[in-house]
Amino acid sequence: MPDLAIIIPSVLNGLTTGALYALVALGLTLIYGVLHIINFAHGALLMLGLYAVFYLNTRFGIDPYVCLVIVPPAMFALGYALQRGIIGRAGHGRDENILLVTLGLSIVIENLSLFFFKSDTRIIDTPYSFEVVEIFGAFLPQPKVIAFVGAFITAGLLWLLMSRTDLGRAIRALAKERKGATLVGINAEHVFAMSFGLGIACLGVAACLLMPSYYVNPQVGQGFVLIAFTVVVLGGMGSFVGALIGGLFIGVVEALSGLFLGESLGQIGIFAIFILVLIFRPSGLLGHKV
Amino acid sequence: MLEVSHISKAFGGVRASRDVSLVVPEGKITSLIGPNGAGKTTLFAQITGFLKPDSGSIRFLGQDITGISPEEIAERGMIRTFQVVQPFAGQSVRENIAVGAHLRIRSRREALAKAEEVAIEVGLGDRLDMDAASLTVAGRKRLEVARALATDPKLILFDEVLAGLNPSEIRDVIPVILKLKERGITILLIEHVMQAVMSLSEYTWVLNQGALIAEGVPKDVVSDPQVIEAYLGKGMAERIAQRAKSNG
Amino acid sequence: MRTLSLLAVIFAGLAVVPFVLVSDVWMNLAILILYSALLGQAWNMLGGFGGQFSFGHAAFFGTGAYTVAVLQVQFGVNPWIGLVAGGLAAVVVAAIIGYSTFRYGLRGSYFALVTLAFAEVLRILSNSVEITGAGVGILIPLEQTASNLQFADKASYYWILWAMALAAFLVAWWMGNSRFGAQLMAVRDNEDAARALGVRAYGVKMRAIMLSGFFSGLGGVFYAQYFLYLDPHIAYGSSISIESLLVPIIGGIGTLFGPLLGAVVLHGISEVSRDLIGDVPGISLVLYGTLLVIMVLFMPRGLAGLFALGRGKAKKTPEKSSDKTSGATGEAANA
Repeated sequence: MPDLAIIIPSVLNGLTTGALYALVALGLTLIYGVLHIINFAHGALLMLGLYAVFYLNTRFGIDPYVCLVIVPPAMFALGYALQRGIIGRAGHGRDENILLVTLGLSIVIENLSLFFFKSDTRIIDTPYSFEVVEIFGAFLPQPKVIAFVGAFITAGLLWLLMSRTDLGRAIRALAKERKGATLVGINAEHVFAMSFGLGIACLGVAACLLMPSYYVNPQVGQGFVLIAFTVVVLGGMGSFVGALIGGLFIGVVEALSGLFLGESLGQIGIFAIFILVLIFRPSGLLGHKV
Repeated sequence: MLEVSHISKAFGGVRASRDVSLVVPEGKITSLIGPNGAGKTTLFAQITGFLKPDSGSIRFLGQDITGISPEEIAERGMIRTFQVVQPFAGQSVRENIAVGAHLRIRSRREALAKAEEVAIEVGLGDRLDMDAASLTVAGRKRLEVARALATDPKLILFDEVLAGLNPSEIRDVIPVILKLKERGITILLIEHVMQAVMSLSEYTWVLNQGALIAEGVPKDVVSDPQVIEAYLGKGMAERIAQRAKSNG
Repeated sequence: MRTLSLLAVIFAGLAVVPFVLVSDVWMNLAILILYSALLGQAWNMLGGFGGQFSFGHAAFFGTGAYTVAVLQVQFGVNPWIGLVAGGLAAVVVAAIIGYSTFRYGLRGSYFALVTLAFAEVLRILSNSVEITGAGVGILIPLEQTASNLQFADKASYYWILWAMALAAFLVAWWMGNSRFGAQLMAVRDNEDAARALGVRAYGVKMRAIMLSGFFSGLGGVFYAQYFLYLDPHIAYGSSISIESLLVPIIGGIGTLFGPLLGAVVLHGISEVSRDLIGDVPGISLVLYGTLLVIMVLFMPRGLAGLFALGRGKAKKTPEKSSDKTSGATGEAANA
């Protein structure tokens, strides 16, 4: 049994990683909560965001945190277009079709990236990449601490947007009562696409906060897909607070199971949680009937 | 044939069934009526195994069937239909009915033959190869009857089989149901529309807010003041009685 | 009976392919097509006839593949026995996945994601334990004798695969023409209505996933014996799961010949693209993904939907019902 001197840093590390999972999951949960669809291309789109930050940084010398004013809006536009042009038309009344079409999109995006960006794993170099912050005697990389704070700020902003703006009200109305909302003059297709765009914009934020402490290659998104689903399922589909807590929890579980089971087996903990939660408590944790 | 004793079921704070007891006699057409939201469909779902009652028991052909699965109940000879008719879309009328026939028949060929026979019996003989999804509402109701009939049931529970049909369509379907009775099949109808079941059923129960409020032969039941109030609201029974007096 | 005759003709034709195609390149392509058709038909049994979309068929494939490989390399078991064991091991995995999902009523996208998670769990396990060779993978020693289920010529491999595919297609035909198949499709189209008619939905779905797992496992066995090398990514990675679902979706899910059609189209496209564009990494996958998007958007019934192949399909014309007309006159009479 490792002592606390190992466990505490591990937990803190898990929390910062978990905050990033939460950021990725925020977008997924928003999309699920409003459109009731599961976006399988979420990981691939995150990867695109990471490449955007990478190239903005290496080609134009733009700081990843400055990218926050560029990448999320661009991702929003991409998400809006995807939903309006492709995903929104693919349902034919079966939710599996959405899963298939977003799977198709993720295959296309990943392999086009492989073609354009090559398969090399890339990182960026910033003055603060190796800065550390001391918390409770543990040394944490500064970018991860910033990402941790950023996750909470993003969740807060999303909450404000949903509760205080006309768009937020329209989105909530549509999520709750599709027919009624259309009847009172809400343009469902537009609002759905706005919601999807917002969800993808969250990925843009995640990419900016993630890149200083992470890496990018065409497959990088795959690792995030099931993790983000697990977070969303755990936290309750459509719940921002749930995504935050779920993300942090999963981060800690991963860190601890990595500590006790070793690096390669560590991830099993996450999938085990995913399967168990979906099987035994789907209605309870999802807050709706599967 | 079917004995429901002291069934209760609640969803959160809503009590969908309150201590409901009834006995369906063999070989007759009986009915369960009540206003919208009275808990008729919930009661059906409990009788046929789709929902488990919180308390009480259900006996069918002398055996306790409380809590067993819908498919097992179907095997024992009790079949339900659905209020919102749900054909197997994309499959033909013949294939739809054959699913019912397969309950007792293993051979595909025999099941398809039986499906054809049943289809003719309920008046779908000319639409055997049509996609079930493209049937009209009336056609779908017939399909629902046919699928149930093809299982060789002892008791059929029809959930609003007449709802959504116009008067002439109702007149077309009624003989089909009467024919089932002649074949010895016991029938329990759920209807929202009272008139429709008046001519059909020999005995009726009235459900309101989850509880039985009246029972008897239909013509007595419909003049019961409690029933009128349940359907039309408070005070209506009195007014109707007054008007009857002044007219008379 | 007509579809069965057509099936017989097609497989008779496929049986003589090795006599016609003498070059190894063409034989390789023929093998890849038949192999995809086998995996696709396996997926189709559960996804097409049963309506349960799996995103994790690699769980069955990989289990079949690893079973034959590990039994041979670690325990010296003859691969012919391994072939049967591989299929059965995949059935066991299928039963476990089926039990833990269908028992608890998981449907639709959730079923898809859980199957994917199961495949991932198996991938991580096979990456972590000694017996499978962990991340390094497992190499089956080359010994090309028939008793060792290895062959020097492609034709022999082809005929093994042909027999597996034939068995899978016969089972699929049986599904379209039996009580079991009728009940499975009823559950697919409306589970509650099917249960009300006495269909044991859980049991029917379990049988479907086990059959599906068996043939997917056989595909894995074939892969292991043909390429003689496995690693966790090959066996349990997402590409097998994707190929398994892509083939029937392109060809037409829930149809007998859809998977064969899909396999031909898929490999045809990747061959043509290789000729036109050259061997660019990932290009065929870009095309596959695009095709998947296009199929779901515009042709959810697959290519077979164009020909209405293999499924004596019901007429789509809306009913010009006598009910309607009699209804109108009836109302007039009432008024």
